Amino acid sequence: MYDFAYHKPASVADAVKLLAADPDAKPISGGHTLLPALKHRLNKPSALVDLSGIAEMKGIRREGNSLIIGALTKHVEVAKSDVVKAAIPALAYMASHIGDNQVRNRGTIGGSVSNNDPAADYPAAVLGLGATIHTSKRKIAADDFFQGMFTTALEEGEILVAIEFPIPEKAGYAKLKNPASRYVMAGAFISKGPAGLRVAINGAGPCVFRQSDMEAALGRNWSADAVAGVKQSADGLNSDIHGSAEYRAHLVTVMAKRAVAAAG
Amino acid sequence: MNVVTPFEGIGASVRRKEDVRFLSGRGQYTDDINRPGQAHAWILRSQHAHARIQGIDTAAAAAMPGVVAIYTSADLAAIGGLPCGWQIHNKDGSPMAEPKHPVLAEGKVRHVGDPIAVVIAETRAQARDAAEAIIVDFEVLPAVSQTTAALAADAPRVHDDVAGNLCYDWHIGDKGAVDAAFAAAAHRVVFETTNQRLVPNAMEPRCAVGDYDTTTGEHTLFTTSQNPHVIRLLMGAFVLQIPEAKLRVVAPDVGGGFGSKIYHYAEEAIVTWAAAKLGRAVKWTADRTEAFMSDAHGRDHVTRAELALDKEGTFLGLRVLTHANMGAYLSTFAPCVPTYLYATLLAGVYSTPAIYAEVKAVFTHTVPVDAYRGAGRPEATYLLERLVDVAAKQCGFDRVKLRRRNFIATDAFPYQTPVALQYDSGDYFSTLDQALKTADWAGFEARRAEARMRGKLRGIGISTYLEACGIAPSAVVGSLGARAGLYEVGVIRVHPTGSVTVLTGAHSHGQGHETTFAQLVADKLGVPIANVDIVHGDTAKVPFGMGTYGSRSLAVGGSAMDKAMDKIIAKAKRIAAHLMEASVEDVEFERGTFRVAGTDKTKTLTDVSLAAYVPHNYPIDEIEPGLEETAFYDPKNFTYPGGCHIAEVEIEMETGRVSMVNFTAVDDVGRVINPMIVEGQVQGGVAQGIGQALLEACVYDQDGQLMSGSMMDYTMPRADDLAPVSVATHTTLCTHNPLGVKGCGEVGAIGSPPAVINAVVDALRDYGVEHIEMPATAPKIWSIIHGKSV
Ligand SMILES: Cc1cc2nc3c(=O)[nH]c(=O)nc-3n(C[C@H](O)[C@H](O)[C@H](O)COP(=O)(O)OP(=O)(O)OC[C@H]3O[C@@H](n4cnc5c(N)ncnc54)[C@H](O)[C@@H]3O)c2cc1C
Repeated sequence: MYDFAYHKPASVADAVKLLAADPDAKPISGGHTLLPALKHRLNKPSALVDLSGIAEMKGIRREGNSLIIGALTKHVEVAKSDVVKAAIPALAYMASHIGDNQVRNRGTIGGSVSNNDPAADYPAAVLGLGATIHTSKRKIAADDFFQGMFTTALEEGEILVAIEFPIPEKAGYAKLKNPASRYVMAGAFISKGPAGLRVAINGAGPCVFRQSDMEAALGRNWSADAVAGVKQSADGLNSDIHGSAEYRAHLVTVMAKRAVAAAG
Repeated sequence: MNVVTPFEGIGASVRRKEDVRFLSGRGQYTDDINRPGQAHAWILRSQHAHARIQGIDTAAAAAMPGVVAIYTSADLAAIGGLPCGWQIHNKDGSPMAEPKHPVLAEGKVRHVGDPIAVVIAETRAQARDAAEAIIVDFEVLPAVSQTTAALAADAPRVHDDVAGNLCYDWHIGDKGAVDAAFAAAAHRVVFETTNQRLVPNAMEPRCAVGDYDTTTGEHTLFTTSQNPHVIRLLMGAFVLQIPEAKLRVVAPDVGGGFGSKIYHYAEEAIVTWAAAKLGRAVKWTADRTEAFMSDAHGRDHVTRAELALDKEGTFLGLRVLTHANMGAYLSTFAPCVPTYLYATLLAGVYSTPAIYAEVKAVFTHTVPVDAYRGAGRPEATYLLERLVDVAAKQCGFDRVKLRRRNFIATDAFPYQTPVALQYDSGDYFSTLDQALKTADWAGFEARRAEARMRGKLRGIGISTYLEACGIAPSAVVGSLGARAGLYEVGVIRVHPTGSVTVLTGAHSHGQGHETTFAQLVADKLGVPIANVDIVHGDTAKVPFGMGTYGSRSLAVGGSAMDKAMDKIIAKAKRIAAHLMEASVEDVEFERGTFRVAGTDKTKTLTDVSLAAYVPHNYPIDEIEPGLEETAFYDPKNFTYPGGCHIAEVEIEMETGRVSMVNFTAVDDVGRVINPMIVEGQVQGGVAQGIGQALLEACVYDQDGQLMSGSMMDYTMPRADDLAPVSVATHTTLCTHNPLGVKGCGEVGAIGSPPAVINAVVDALRDYGVEHIEMPATAPKIWSIIHGKSV
């Protein structure tokens, strides 16, 4: 780890000010992605702006037909929340299957979504539910938020404050884990509700994406069999020592089938 | 008072004495040791697999805060390279190629992770900061990483003076007899396979602390080692030229080794040398990333084998050609692994009359490869046990019957194999029968059918294996090229009030020696294990020793203790005879009590030890005071544990994922001292074997970059990857050591991989697949089921 300054602001406004004042400063939430990167000296921020003391970024609440989850909410809190379990059980299920106990007790939804790791879980829920990202300066639709591998619509110094999920009629999630890292090899989050019928695929490609052929098939016939017939093209999918693009493409269909089955 | 209740001797599952310390975080590991005034070392390592070093500019780094010193190979001109402890001879009798293994790279780097320079600074972070400021001018050169590519005519050379990258071309067995057997055979079966490279990944990364006493000139090295005396010998004599009397090597608690901590590593020499040069202690601790690119790797064989059978399935001959990857340099014991620990095991449990094996060892631009849990025997076992299954399938024999047909008969011991070894004892029929019964082999087809209804392909696989351990008879290994003896030392010190300190040259790094060895003393001398202290891992305390590997600690180290206890009893009987005014011939000893035969006259061990140290009423003219004895034990032969492993797996058809559902191990490890520890050792070994079969692979790309250089990409087995492992033993005694023990540390890792792969292939029997290479990952299996290339 290289040396860095440390700040712990108490409000989003103060955090934004600190980040604006120093372009090489970085926000930190649970630190479960950033700290390993710092330890490996892959990242050299001049300062860390620790968001964990900001009350307005915490908490889970239901507002009408929406579920609003503060960016600092830990995976374990989402997994155990009665509010989440009642509104979007698939989201609680997803959170309960991220990483291991230590990860779930430190990692945050805001950190995960801002980071947009192609093999992360949450981006699939955000895209698959058509959520809205609340930042320190605007609201961004999920469809506009995820832009590529580790890239989002967040601008320099912009902070993700909360995520607003429309409550679906049904939703389901399934993934196959990478045997080594236990991140996602391929996963599918599928929902039907106010944001339409959505199939979001994570793990398989460089960035979470919507599978429109599957969405169309489900629109005609909401069943696992309907997606079973849809083949994902291997073009542009990830290929590494853990699986070829072709294997991942195949998994997309399998996981989609399972996600539909889980959604009921 | 020495009272042994309840029974704590041989055969008792007493809880491990060391676990309170380990489970409560109070172990004392090398990294827990900090010396006054200690500085910290960081090693600059190569990011290239092969490059010429045109220049190293350390000026900017030397000016960085906290930097004490920076050394490169230019500073180490006076010290030797890292020695290799085993010399193999080629078919033509010439010695193997043995290129220099410099402590820091000299002119060239030869693998990713090859150490180039060391920075010593006040803190580890400062040392690392400065290391990043060192400018190395590399001329990047083409590299070769794959075992079979190394011998190609146009392959880049790893060492300029080693033509064709060939370290040695060795053979064993009778080629003519094998050719004749093949000529006469009804069936000839060919099998080709790769035994993939593994990274041992002990939980504790390596660490070394060098210290130097400027007043006495004594060097001390604290290090994560399985054999501190061997390190003292190798480093003192060959690298740094420090006399033994001035070099102390301490290996305190060590968090797992699996072989990777046997060898003498550059960092040990660096901190020892630098501490003396600087007059202050120097510490180096690896992080996990460094461990991946600097700990010796394991396995990495590519093999073609042929088996000749007669019409009924009797094995007539076996022919094997193996290419073994040594990595960029020869690690301490590397050359003996694919030869004397591998090819000599190719008879396995079978009475194959003719065997011929050739082994070509090659250099590549990769981390050196050396012994890893099992060392050669897992490679041999995997080859044989897959080959037997392939033969059964190709020739239409039942795989269990084919094995049974070829087993060495239980009354054939001692059995001389065609590949040098002489097995002393074994009973492969009983371990097989017991395992088949425990695993309900007969009822398997019903389980297969039931699984199929759940969309799962279920398979069962068997491995009947044997290994050679209890390493090793010194004269034998000496004649085969070992540059060391492989005896062990035991000292039994009975204190005045009857408690006992045992000094042993074996080293415990997870094996539970503090308990097992204490049980030997409890059993023989009648001293409760709470009053027995086992001391190991410090050359200043223990007279000598060869350490722990090759499942030798009990068979060799325990036997040394047993011999030392014999000497204690002999002397104590003479003292007791004096105390009881009897003749020594009439004194009997059993578990702590001396008795004049046929009388009720007794003395306890404590009475005797007290007399020995307070010799008021003592035959001082005939017997020296004190009660302490030393024994060196050199084994007469290897020991030969064996047994039967049965694995049961299920494959998810949609994804190709394999789940272990059952694992049965019935092992003959000789006499069992502590059944609970044996069970734990076997389970741990099986976990590593399942890891190799299904999960682990050290992958280099063509250019020698390490693709699986972290836990993100190297799949270590986790609890949920394993199945319940049922462990049982069936004992035949070792005939040549006093305890009748054989060894249990490696059997799990040796017997299990082929059982698992045989089960996977069995599960896929409807897909026309004859073999699947390890690790049997989901994508590989999916491609078989779906007829795709991966
Ligand atoms: C061993 C291990 C296993 C894991 N397994 C999984 C897994 O299976 N699935 C999975 O999805 N994840 C996994 N993770 C990642 C984990 O969920 C991370 O915690 C998460 O991805 C990032 O959340 P964080 O709060 O830790 O973010 P941090 O590490 O604090 O930050 C991550 C990045 O986001 C930025 N950032 C953080 N918060 C904000 C914000 N509010 N606004 C703007 N930018 C912000 C930071 O500057 C940084 O660049 C694993 C992590 C580990 C260490």
